[in-house]
Amino acid sequence: MARSIKKGPYVFHKLMDKVLAAKESKKKTVIKTWSRSSMVVPDMVGETIAVHNGKTFVPVFITENMVGHKLGEFAPTRTFKGHAGNRKKM
Amino acid sequence: MARIAGVDLPRNKRGAISLTYIYGIGPSRAREILERAGIDENIKVEDWSDENIRSISGIITDEYTVEGELRSEVQMNIKRLMDIACVRGLRHRKGLPVRGQRTRTNARTRKGKRKTVANKKKAVK
Repeated sequence: MARSIKKGPYVFHKLMDKVLAAKESKKKTVIKTWSRSSMVVPDMVGETIAVHNGKTFVPVFITENMVGHKLGEFAPTRTFKGHAGNRKKM
Repeated sequence: MARIAGVDLPRNKRGAISLTYIYGIGPSRAREILERAGIDENIKVEDWSDENIRSISGIITDEYTVEGELRSEVQMNIKRLMDIACVRGLRHRKGLPVRGQRTRTNARTRKGKRKTVANKKKAVK
């Protein structure tokens, strides 16, 4: 079921603070976060956010098209290297 | 001959069924359109007057995206997902199911015909 509109998009509040601070300072900083369930909001456009994938932080440069998706969608949690003996395809 | 949105409609079928031959129009939209045009859905296409056809194609071109336009819209949406490299886009790229279905078995619609991998030879007793 979709989230109620009344509540607005979910963004982890500490992440939001950091995003706004980064926007203010106009410096290129990478914001680390574990909050994969946070929605990408327009304030994040142009920032680089390092999203945790369970092991490392995957740097994600936020573009306008990404608004409305969740941060976790851009940091895949699984690695598939292909099946054995299937080398020529890659 | 009834030609709407670049598609020939089958003449010997009921109007509501016939309209579903247009990409982007299913049973409910077909019925909705005919109701708005004031045509009984049971009348066959061959019995439509020229004016009926005109009003139907008017409604369709004004208010619905169908055929090529709709197809390209869908393609654009998929392309957007692939460009932003989100999980759904990656699944589209790999030709795997997008909405979290299992892929250990089944998923043949997306994956296509089975590609059998040669069995390992069994150890000789």
